[in-house]
Amino acid sequence: MYVYDEFDRAFLAERVADFRDQVERRLSGALTEDEFKPLRLMNGVYLQLHAYMLRIAIPYGTLSSNQLRRMAHVARVYDRGYGHFTTRQNIQFNWIKLEDLPQAMADLAEVGVHGIQTSGNCIRNVTTDQWAGATPEEFDDPRIWAEILRQYSTFHPEFTYLPRKFKIAITAAPKDRAATKVHDVGLRLHRNAEGELGFEVLVGGGLGRTPFVGKSIRPFLPVRHVLSYIEAIMRVYNQFGRRDNIYKARIKILVHEIGAEAFAEAVEAEWANIRDGALKLTDEIIDDIRARFLYPDFAKLEDQPAELTAALEDPRFAAWYRNSVHKHKVPGYSIVTISLKPVGAPPGDATADQMDVVADLADAYGFHEIRVGHEQNLCLPNVAQMDLPELWRQLDAAGLATPNVNHISDIIACPGLDYCALANARAIPVAQEISKRFADLDRSRGIGRLHVNISGCINACGHHHVGHIGILGVEKNGQEFYQITLGGRADEHAQLGTLLGPAVSYDQVPGLIEDIVDAYLELRSSPKELFVDTVHRLGVEPFKERVYATH
Amino acid sequence: MPLIENGKLVEDRFTRVADQDEAGQVPPLPASTPVLLSLDRYLKEADALANAYVEVGLIWPNNKPIAEIAPYLPRLALVALHFPTFRDGRAYSQARLLRERLGWKGPLRATGNVLRDQFLIMSRAGFDQIVPSKEADAQAFDDAMHSYTVFYQPTGDGRKSLLRARLGRAATRLEDQASKDRGAAA
Repeated sequence: MYVYDEFDRAFLAERVADFRDQVERRLSGALTEDEFKPLRLMNGVYLQLHAYMLRIAIPYGTLSSNQLRRMAHVARVYDRGYGHFTTRQNIQFNWIKLEDLPQAMADLAEVGVHGIQTSGNCIRNVTTDQWAGATPEEFDDPRIWAEILRQYSTFHPEFTYLPRKFKIAITAAPKDRAATKVHDVGLRLHRNAEGELGFEVLVGGGLGRTPFVGKSIRPFLPVRHVLSYIEAIMRVYNQFGRRDNIYKARIKILVHEIGAEAFAEAVEAEWANIRDGALKLTDEIIDDIRARFLYPDFAKLEDQPAELTAALEDPRFAAWYRNSVHKHKVPGYSIVTISLKPVGAPPGDATADQMDVVADLADAYGFHEIRVGHEQNLCLPNVAQMDLPELWRQLDAAGLATPNVNHISDIIACPGLDYCALANARAIPVAQEISKRFADLDRSRGIGRLHVNISGCINACGHHHVGHIGILGVEKNGQEFYQITLGGRADEHAQLGTLLGPAVSYDQVPGLIEDIVDAYLELRSSPKELFVDTVHRLGVEPFKERVYATH
Repeated sequence: MPLIENGKLVEDRFTRVADQDEAGQVPPLPASTPVLLSLDRYLKEADALANAYVEVGLIWPNNKPIAEIAPYLPRLALVALHFPTFRDGRAYSQARLLRERLGWKGPLRATGNVLRDQFLIMSRAGFDQIVPSKEADAQAFDDAMHSYTVFYQPTGDGRKSLLRARLGRAATRLEDQASKDRGAAA
């Protein structure tokens, strides 16, 4: 993984000192709350329903065991003993006191972790594939480019007060695990016919109250131009993005209003002026960043070692192996997903003890490295296959081996009305109830891949628009109601879900989801046809007929 | 209001002349002192100003493309860019374009809701004159400008950016880093 040097460390120390000073000025009254708000937000500090919330960036989803251990420490000392992993490769602590925040940040900064630009109207944490560097599918390690963008965007003097927040995601594999089509900018790394590395550039994707799938404005951008091209996009947006209405301020609205073509023309015109300037990346600069990513010393191993074959006799291990273990690019190694979705628990939560367990396991079996994916699960990207049985035993003992990755109970949910000041409805208890209904693993295996996404309000932090089944909480006359959409997806074929019918009450949701699943089992052409493909083939009508007939 | 130029509190030589006074009248331009005008007023007085020997400063609106200022630049002694609220960052882009593309070498002033937490990025964007909204912020100018020594990205301000500064440095292995971290934490 990338190693911070003294420059990064000096910057972090300065940032902590700066924030400590801002908190003191706020407490003394020199700063009004209105003036303090954007400053604290740019350090990841929100004011939630019950307390301040600290959001910590996990750049491109990569953590060292020591960093995760320090997060466990923060959860234990300054919070209530747990943290919540979000859909943007961040972690949130929900119960931190304002006066403790500078010290918590100083503790985190010691291991190179911070909340910088996890909020505010700036370029946010750049996200990517949690399998980066390990999957055989990728054209290059996308984290190199995410790191180049992280550095470029950190405390950018021109783009710190944008019209609205700005999110960039990168995929380097054709199979998109980073949801690049629903980001403000999505970068799809690939090679052209000449074998040169470059990005397809998508802009204007996003969810929230006005969801859009991103539009391609450039099919191939040679990698050396990535910073100047992003700067051109940002400069057009900063000058011409709407600032009169917070709900129309995202870049997707600008792209929609003037059209992707006109937007692309403006970007290209700006880019022509700067493409060969100070931001052009030389091979030397790229190689330097690349050299700062240190890869494990993989041993020469064979696939399917005897230890693994023997362990597969155990049906519980075999079930976990088939569900949570994925192909690695180095023979004899695997990528392991750690489900943070045990049946009946809040999706994405991990206790301090669990974080310590995962950190220890990463030290023992995973070259000290952990990943966080946008599906709110963790991942050990580099595990020797012969170690899988022992790893599984220890994960299982810590409640971290639920073999439900990509199943209906692997739900993405926002914190909802239990924590969030913006929410209209609860999300976590809905997820908990659905996962209980589908706790039987044989049943959920039979259903196959099915992503359920739940948002507690229209801001869509649970990405409900792109869930195979999307659930959106709304408020009607002081009561929680839920709208259901079908057929959304966040991958390389990204599309928005279609509304199934009238909203239903809180109590009706789990039953309705069961009816939808039953309808799918009846309608699918074969057990190989995924839920989302059945919806795509038939539309929502046959589901609607069956589901609402029974309610 | 205090004016800071290149880090020093200075007397403002320019008189801000309003478009209209409280009675709705257009106040006359002073005969010999330098004036700071809105774009509207500047355009209305263009002929008169061309014949007068007074220095003119222009406040360019933050919702008008900065490229359109080009024809006026040879006649200006000062350009001011405006922050209606500190959250509205359009003038940062205008400032960089003015400096780095249009080649403006004269004084560039930040006006409006200008707070100490933005002084440094204003300087990085090319502003060399700042009119702080709060008296106490003016006193803290030096601290605010030195709160950071590390800059990741290049702008036209001449400060050394990390993009090139760190070339040729070796990375430490994660295990070594981890033991160093533990040492630092202990």
